[in-house]
Amino acid sequence: MGTFADNPLLHIGLIHYLTVAILLFTLGICGIFLNRKNVITILMSIELMLLSVNINFVAFSVEHHDLVGQVFSMFILTVAAAEAAIGLAILVVFYRNRGSIAVEDINQMKG
Amino acid sequence: MLIQTILFYLFAALTIIPAIMVISVKNPVHCVLCLILTFFNAAALFILLGAEFLAMILVIVYVGAVAVLFLFVVLLLDIDMTTVRQGFLKYLPLGLGVATLLFVELFMVISYSLAPKFHPLPASIQIADGAHITNTQALGAVLYTNYLYPFEVSGLILLVAMIGSIVLTHRHREGVRKQNISSQVARKRSDAVEIVTVKTGAGIDGNIRG
Repeated sequence: MGTFADNPLLHIGLIHYLTVAILLFTLGICGIFLNRKNVITILMSIELMLLSVNINFVAFSVEHHDLVGQVFSMFILTVAAAEAAIGLAILVVFYRNRGSIAVEDINQMKG
Repeated sequence: MLIQTILFYLFAALTIIPAIMVISVKNPVHCVLCLILTFFNAAALFILLGAEFLAMILVIVYVGAVAVLFLFVVLLLDIDMTTVRQGFLKYLPLGLGVATLLFVELFMVISYSLAPKFHPLPASIQIADGAHITNTQALGAVLYTNYLYPFEVSGLILLVAMIGSIVLTHRHREGVRKQNISSQVARKRSDAVEIVTVKTGAGIDGNIRG
């Protein structure tokens, strides 16, 4: 029974939350690589990465008894919301002009 | 302790598995729904950590605003999924390779930095122990005093994002009749009505009766 209680997998600490966060971040990177033609999925992958950063901040904040991490996490939430709104607005305008959301046509937006 | 462990693994699994589905399922609507499930379970992880206010903010901002925005755009645009899915299998080995490499690197970094010889900096704003102050109260007390200016700037960022997305998506459509208040107010009597004395039997323009 002593070995059962000493199992590090059973004592949830900082490293477990950080592992979840880096898994989410890796999935976000992977999503950008896999869905190169789908802008909506790329934006969702960016949201996943921002969420993983938030989990990191909150886990360290709780671990070190420091409230600044949670304050900073709120600012990240703000930036994420603004980024999603602007990105989707650009996407809607692009679709209105082009009739598709293919990423390889996006270089026509310059100039 | 055990129930907390079980809950952590449940919520962590329910965060990771929908995240995998976000980047792999074909239907974009299912993508967004999986994203919503990920956000909900991340909020549950925040509650387990003791950050209740951020959990609620996560549900309100991410699920209530961002994910619904994604859902609107996915439903609004008629996406051709056959062209969009091209290259998924082509980039699968590269993506998985990079992802595995990154995961191993990040895991090595965190397992090194959490070693006992690592001493963090002292906390700048201490979380008070004991149950006499809630997480929301503590966060509010810090946010409106020490971090007032960054808080105002974040409001400004949201304002700029709002104005930007309105300017981007607003379009001027021809042939739509709108109320023009200044022209209504500037209208004079002489522009609209004219009093003409008409002779009996004659029209206004000569002989209308023929």
